[in-house]
Parts: sequence; C-alpha cells; structure tokens
Amino acid sequence: MANVRNTARPLSPHIGIYKWGPHMAVSIIHRATGSGMATVGTGLFVWWLVALAYGPDAYACFLDVFTLKSGQLNILGYIVGIGMSLSFFQHMASGVRHFFLDAGANFELRANKRSALTTFAFSILATAIFWVVLLEKAHG
Amino acid sequence: MGNGTQLGRVRGLGAAHEGAGEWWKHKVSAGSNLLLVLWLIVSIALLPAYDYATVAAWIAQPLVAVPLILLVLSVTAHFRHGLQVVVEDYVHDESRFVLIVLLEYFTITVRVLAIFSILKIAFTTTGVAA
Repeated sequence: MANVRNTARPLSPHIGIYKWGPHMAVSIIHRATGSGMATVGTGLFVWWLVALAYGPDAYACFLDVFTLKSGQLNILGYIVGIGMSLSFFQHMASGVRHFFLDAGANFELRANKRSALTTFAFSILATAIFWVVLLEKAHG
Repeated sequence: MGNGTQLGRVRGLGAAHEGAGEWWKHKVSAGSNLLLVLWLIVSIALLPAYDYATVAAWIAQPLVAVPLILLVLSVTAHFRHGLQVVVEDYVHDESRFVLIVLLEYFTITVRVLAIFSILKIAFTTTGVAA
C-alpha cells in the first residue's frame, strides 16, 4: 500500500478552520456511535448470547457485572445501557437522515440544519421513553 | 457489442474500479438493521423479566431465533463495511492492511459465535415462553 503520507507536505485546511455546526456534529457523532456499537455493543451482545448458551450460571455471571444484589442495575449497567441505547437511537436517526442525503435531498442549508438538530431531539426522546418503560417495570 | 450507454460505461469504474457494490450493501444492511434492531430493542423492553428461564425461552421461539440470526447477519455486514471506512479514513500507513484483516476475522468470529449460541439456546431450551 503505497499511500503513506509525506509529512513534509502540508495538509489542506480541514476541520480546524470551520465554524462548528449541527451538520458537522451529527456527522462525526454518527461515526462515533457506529464505531462504539460495532465494538462495545457487539462485545456485549455476543457475551450475552454466549452466556445464555452456556447456561444459568454463566448468565448469572453476566448479569452480576451489570446489576446489584437487589437485581437493580449498578452504575456500570446504567452507563453501558444508557450509552448503548442513546448511541443506537442517534445512529438510527442520523442513518435515516443519510438515506435522504444519499438520494440528493435535504442539502438546503436551513432544512439540513433542522434535520441535524432533529436527530438529537429524537435520540434523547427515544432513549428517555425506552428507559421509562424499563424502569416502570423494574419498580412496578 | 456497442460501447454501452454513458452510465453503463462508467458504472463501477471509478479510480478503484470497485466499491460501489460495497456502498450499496451498506445501504441495504442499514435498512434491515433499522427494522431488526428496533424489533430487538422493543422486544427487550417488553420482556416480562430478565432471568435466565424467561430470556432463554424467549430466544428459543422460531420467530425470535430466526430474526435474531438475521439481525446478526445484517449488523455484522453493516459494521464490517462501516469500520473499514473508518480505518481507511484515519489509518494511512501499512497498519491499515493489518487492521482490515483483523476486522475481517473479528466479523466472522462474531457471526459464528452469535449464531451458534442462538441455535444452541433454541435447540436445548424446553420451557415455554412466558
């Protein structure tokens, strides 16, 4: 692979010189949430399935990492659970936005900015609803 | 044979002569991920409990085990491409080749471990889903 960059040559100006806007934030967050889910999320998902396949003891070990003795989630359980669900809803919303951009739509500045902000509003709202459902059940 | 239409002549013939097919597969798997992961998230939220018996009996149902396997295939195909693009964008020296090979092994390992586990749960759980 002969594309090692010659460090003696300058890079063209890129992220450093632009004023940050929602469209840039949603783009890099799409990448960050995708990479996070592909690594951490995949690890958790496979661990969950393998533990279930091993049987009740291995599954108890899995649950024990993320829960207190009472069965409620511990700090790690909340961080991972909220982190992964927020990542999913954000990646999903910005992914749907990408479908429109790929079709050549939604490049008008105001609409583009509005759809970028909408993905954040959606992911926060969807994550909140998801956790209200989970916690309502846990606490009766 | 003629020279084909203008579109036909350029199709798939960018600088790399390939890649458009990978892009398209990424979009197709994005669509199936949207349905399958939403199904998984909603199903998990609606499960009555998260103890071993409840979860294993839930997975053992054909109309849960099969969508779960489809989800594994769709999600692994999607992140296989997504992570490769991330590597190609940020890693410019020879280690990008190593990372892409490791990504390939990671993807296949995840796929086989997850599908084997789903099948084992499905074929060995005898309880009835709550």
